[in-house]
Amino acid sequence: MTKNNALIYMLTAMADDALILGHRNSEWTGLGPVMEEDIAFSSMAQDKIGHAWALYRIQQEDLGGGDPDQFAFLRNEKDYRCCHLVEQPNGEYDFSLMRHFLFDHAEAIRYEQLQQSSFAPLQPLARKLKGEIKYHTLHANAWITQLCRAGEESYARMQSALNACFPLALGLFEPGGEAEDLLVAEKVYPGEKALQQLWMDRIYAILSAAALNLPGEHAVQPAYGGRKGCHTVHLQPLLEEMGNVFRTDPAATW
Amino acid sequence: MELNETNIYKALEQVMDPEIPVLNVLDLGMITAVEVAGEAVHVKMIPTFAACPAVELIRRNIRTVLEETLQTVVTVEIDREAHWTSNRMTDSAKEKLKNFGIAPPQISNGEAYSEILLQTPCAHCGSKNTYLRSPFGSTLCRAIHYCRDCGQVFEHFKPLE
Repeated sequence: MTKNNALIYMLTAMADDALILGHRNSEWTGLGPVMEEDIAFSSMAQDKIGHAWALYRIQQEDLGGGDPDQFAFLRNEKDYRCCHLVEQPNGEYDFSLMRHFLFDHAEAIRYEQLQQSSFAPLQPLARKLKGEIKYHTLHANAWITQLCRAGEESYARMQSALNACFPLALGLFEPGGEAEDLLVAEKVYPGEKALQQLWMDRIYAILSAAALNLPGEHAVQPAYGGRKGCHTVHLQPLLEEMGNVFRTDPAATW
Repeated sequence: MELNETNIYKALEQVMDPEIPVLNVLDLGMITAVEVAGEAVHVKMIPTFAACPAVELIRRNIRTVLEETLQTVVTVEIDREAHWTSNRMTDSAKEKLKNFGIAPPQISNGEAYSEILLQTPCAHCGSKNTYLRSPFGSTLCRAIHYCRDCGQVFEHFKPLE
């Protein structure tokens, strides 16, 4: 494994997570429970897809990768590196919100650490995206806190959404084997285990203030496989829909 | 017109933001460098938000306006090194925003956004008796607040660190 390949492995995983969750967020457009939430999920979709594009562009410009649009839309399912959390259908609002909360805190922590990356092109990008993602976590924290205080049914639904999302969210930190070891040794980033620990500390503080019980890290089976190209049944239909227009004429100028 | 920095900056004043038409690209702090190289002009710019959909349009507008005004070849490049924060916005830009009906961004000083967003002065009546309704608005750079005193919703250009 070369450093170049290890970097591509990491950046593809980050970008694919953002792209696929961006697509899921966009599915709330026009369907949000209140207008502000419709706008929030649509805005976050726009941010996520922009962030994915910026990461694909770094691969193209600095690591010899291909055109970002072609890379985003024309790969086979097994070549995507996204985790199972982002592939899940939106479900009800409790599930979408909890996924958004767990995912955005993980992203925030990853970018905080990547500001000091030895891979120079990531430093300015991480600094920029970190500032933008703060609005995502601000939004998530406010709703998690509010809905947990909104009565018995609301609280119970948030707890069951957390139970469902937590093992999936651990898949965000799937060990990256040889690629990860190399990136840690080269001081590109501190590694998945270290990020997971920082994330657990961060989400624990907010969840406990909302009186939610975080399932034990070792009592659940983390949903691994996505980083290796093994996906749930939900990804393929999403890819077909997402790439539908692009594939009608991949050479078109938009 | 003579090719010099002063005239380039003067011409840039005419390039407005497509989403907030009272602000030009200098007001927003989007220009990081201008340079005259022989008969050509080179401009460097930075986008406000990473996913801002207007970046390409703004870039084209800069080129068109400058080529027309200065009658020369203009290239516009995205500056990968510089970092845009809302603190780059000029004071006169904040005044123009306010008159346009959008609350200007507070100075971001590393504090959590949840704290600086509290009591954003209402863009209609100036009251500080307001609360954040949603950190997302009609464009990526705007948030929505509510004023308890005048009972109206208003938009706010979000601070970005």
